[in-house]
Amino acid sequence: MKENLIKYILGIADNSLILGQRLSELCGHGPSLETDIALTNISLDLLGQTRSYFQYAAKLKGENTTEDDLAFLRKERQYLNALLVEQPNGDFAHTIVRQFLFDGFHLLFLEQLRTCADTQLAAIAEKSIKEVKYHFRFSSEWVKRLGDGTEESHEKMQVAINDLWIFTNELFLMTDAETAMHREGIGVDLESLRADYQEQISEIVEEATLQIPETKYWQKGGKQGIHSEQMGYILADMQYMQRAYPNMQW
Amino acid sequence: MKNWPLWEVFIRSKNGLEHRHCGSLHAADANMALENARDVYTRRMEGVSIWVVESKHVVASNPENSGELFEPAKDKVYRHPTFYDLPDEIKHM
Repeated sequence: MKENLIKYILGIADNSLILGQRLSELCGHGPSLETDIALTNISLDLLGQTRSYFQYAAKLKGENTTEDDLAFLRKERQYLNALLVEQPNGDFAHTIVRQFLFDGFHLLFLEQLRTCADTQLAAIAEKSIKEVKYHFRFSSEWVKRLGDGTEESHEKMQVAINDLWIFTNELFLMTDAETAMHREGIGVDLESLRADYQEQISEIVEEATLQIPETKYWQKGGKQGIHSEQMGYILADMQYMQRAYPNMQW
Repeated sequence: MKNWPLWEVFIRSKNGLEHRHCGSLHAADANMALENARDVYTRRMEGVSIWVVESKHVVASNPENSGELFEPAKDKVYRHPTFYDLPDEIKHM
């Protein structure tokens, strides 16, 4: 039970951690000062949420584990984030579509998690929902603006959706830990979110005059620790300081 | 984005206080200006309400005219309510 709960928490936390890390790469590189700040705000929201999850997981783990150990000292296969969030920033269309596809899921997920039997997780979800509502609003707004913008922006957005849509199915595939936690009344039934997700995403995509591609083959693996080639680069960047100077602190 | 218009941002820090000008930013339209203002100017709990106005709608006085506009007020100290003795019981004056 405890083992599964820790895995469950890490799965949630790693999505926020890796997406937060990805967005932080844009600090100082956003397309305009305003969007630069907006994206790094979102990054900081996600890292803040990650800390709450890691602190809880570290406490459950015991043996003097700290949140930093969980963030910086695991190996690639031990990170349980979905493949979607580790995809590169690419152009602004890819950054926004990745965000949009994750935010839609994240919001539905947290709305369920806040009613779960684990009071600590429910409290973290409750606090995070307000932030994620804004994230979803921000990314949806940009999807509509660019999708229904110029010919060039429309085309770039459609390419981004075509590239990233194949990663969305994994968000709803239950791992063993997630199934076990669902049975305990803690974990969210991911399959049950699927219909709402389809509906909400389609509505905005349609409004943006874009199309969700027909997909037969889906990508998966991140949630089991089997990542795309992107992950090694992210970790090299993220873990460098702790690996080079073990136990260093700010 | 270079041709996005400029917007002036006004933030009310607390209910009951007035909106104060806090800066400007670029945005494609009013909606985006509001969202950008939220991200750029309220990150440290600066406000509970935001106004944005496209800068071109602000009518400003010309600095060249400041002589006739403002200087005549300089030697009229009697316009300041500083010649009254206030009872100690009155707060917030």
